Amino acid sequence: MDEPPAAEEPSNAPPVIELRNVSKTYGEVHALAGVNFHVVPGEIVGLLGDNGSGKSTMVKMMMGYHGPDHGGEVWVDGKRVRDWSVNRARSLGIETVYQERALAEQQAVWRNMFMGRELVNRVGLLDIQRMRREAAEMMSGHLGFTSGAVHPDNVVQTMSGGEKQGVAITRALHFHARLVLLDEPTMGLSLSETRKTLDFVGSIKEAGRSAVFVDHNIFHVYPVADRLVVLDRGRVAGEFTQAEISLEELIDRLYAVAQTGRMEA
Amino acid sequence: MADKAGRSEVAERTGESAETAAAGGRAPTVSLRQHLRRHALTVATLGIALLIWLAFLVTAPDVFLNSRIYSAFATTTPLFAMIALALTLVVITREMDLSFGSVMALAMVGFVRTYDYTGNVPLSVLACLVVGVVCGLINGYLVAILGIPSLVITLGTLFFFRGVELVLLDGRPVVLRDPGVEGLRDALNGRTLDIPNELLWTVAVAIVLWVTLNRTRFGAHVFLVGDNPVSAQLMGVRVARVKIATFVIVGVMAAFTGLMTAMQLATLFPTLGDGTLLQPIASVFLGGTSVFGGTGSITGTFVGSFIIGSINAGVISAGIQGFYSQLFFGLVIILSLVLQTLISRRMRH
Repeated sequence: MDEPPAAEEPSNAPPVIELRNVSKTYGEVHALAGVNFHVVPGEIVGLLGDNGSGKSTMVKMMMGYHGPDHGGEVWVDGKRVRDWSVNRARSLGIETVYQERALAEQQAVWRNMFMGRELVNRVGLLDIQRMRREAAEMMSGHLGFTSGAVHPDNVVQTMSGGEKQGVAITRALHFHARLVLLDEPTMGLSLSETRKTLDFVGSIKEAGRSAVFVDHNIFHVYPVADRLVVLDRGRVAGEFTQAEISLEELIDRLYAVAQTGRMEA
Repeated sequence: MADKAGRSEVAERTGESAETAAAGGRAPTVSLRQHLRRHALTVATLGIALLIWLAFLVTAPDVFLNSRIYSAFATTTPLFAMIALALTLVVITREMDLSFGSVMALAMVGFVRTYDYTGNVPLSVLACLVVGVVCGLINGYLVAILGIPSLVITLGTLFFFRGVELVLLDGRPVVLRDPGVEGLRDALNGRTLDIPNELLWTVAVAIVLWVTLNRTRFGAHVFLVGDNPVSAQLMGVRVARVKIATFVIVGVMAAFTGLMTAMQLATLFPTLGDGTLLQPIASVFLGGTSVFGGTGSITGTFVGSFIIGSINAGVISAGIQGFYSQLFFGLVIILSLVLQTLISRRMRH
């Protein structure tokens, strides 16, 4: 995986993000052990793996919540980033849609939309009118929420699972994310809401942006991913372009990984 | 101010789950019913308090129809209301501070010592407030950085700060009758247009804290930290820093309250602030700030403080012995919290 990006994308641009030899240890537990991973512009990478495979740790590392242990490196656009943090990752255009828990349930939609990035006016006070207006525009513009259905003043906990996901996704898009990290975005969603979310993943690609789609439901990941990376016990157990592996084959191999830790069926 | 505060309470817990909202079809806009639900917590707690107050009105009408009692608690209520206003922010972040009573006294040691050495009043006031900041930083560090449950650790600092103060004062009171401090006493305890300055200070503090909570990024972060600290952290909110700041604000307000109280009594008693524990906490919960974090309002606390203040005055005026006020404050805290829990649970079904 150290070689340059796979050839399925026309662009020769450096990866949006590249993790080189990253490890993460919590006490005795090696959540990640020497993982190499990259995403090129316009690519949707599906990250598969069982519980405890290190998926969440990897997402948290890409979003800047964790730094890699000593020896690991994070590269963005072909440049090594040493002061890796949430704010750094965000300033480089990496956004996360972090399950439903991404939202503060008791707060209004507009407060969630601008979480950690509140707009202020000239004297430094919150520009509430502007945040509400922009929140309403985002919701009708990006996600086709009819303006009356979801009001920016609505409290998040009164909304349905799909609507919440919509708010989180809209938030990422609005802030011009170049790489969207989707951490189990379909969890707990109804069929139609799941479909809506998957459509969005497609639209990220259309917009020329990249995404890492994490899920343990391969039926959701496979159709929308260009490339699939399988994690097992903190290591990359296998990697395929969608073109070179069928869904059935992938399922067989995932069972093999679960039982033996190796991809070969 | 009241209608703007209503907006901040849009964040009031409605308890409606995603499932019921999805199944029952969502309301096109914020309906009246939703609106009432959101404010139910505040309305109910304030309703209970008003009932208690009406009871006093019936028991001692001659006292409670006389304006002197209101003038009296306009000078006594601020002595815990300013702390309650600051404490609101801490409670919204889902923490608690119990140590403010001791901070009041310890900060005053900073005042009298600096005054003894320099005779400079502004410098002494500054020293007093700095002690408050330091106490807040200690509390904040222990809670936000070390992660010790605030209810327990601030019980520890409550005793610790008191102990330091008693050792420094050697348990003896300090009289504050030096002519040099009279100007300060006027500013703190005088009257402006026949309104007690204590009340004006409290209104000023309430306005500043209201703007801080509802119109600044810091205030927005206070709500987020209490609602979903993990997500807030992931979205770049500096959770620990926000929590520490709220403890520092309580420390400063406790120091300022200590100064105001001691100047009012013209004496720094070593026991200053000893009996101040219950009123601020009761005011915060009575005002509808949720013990579960994430929601709360400065306006609610402000109104809550004055209701608590009237209970305080009422218990005594109604001819009941003074130590019954503890029973009432305890009752108010318990009732507020039971109501908060029942209402939010009921709204979930």
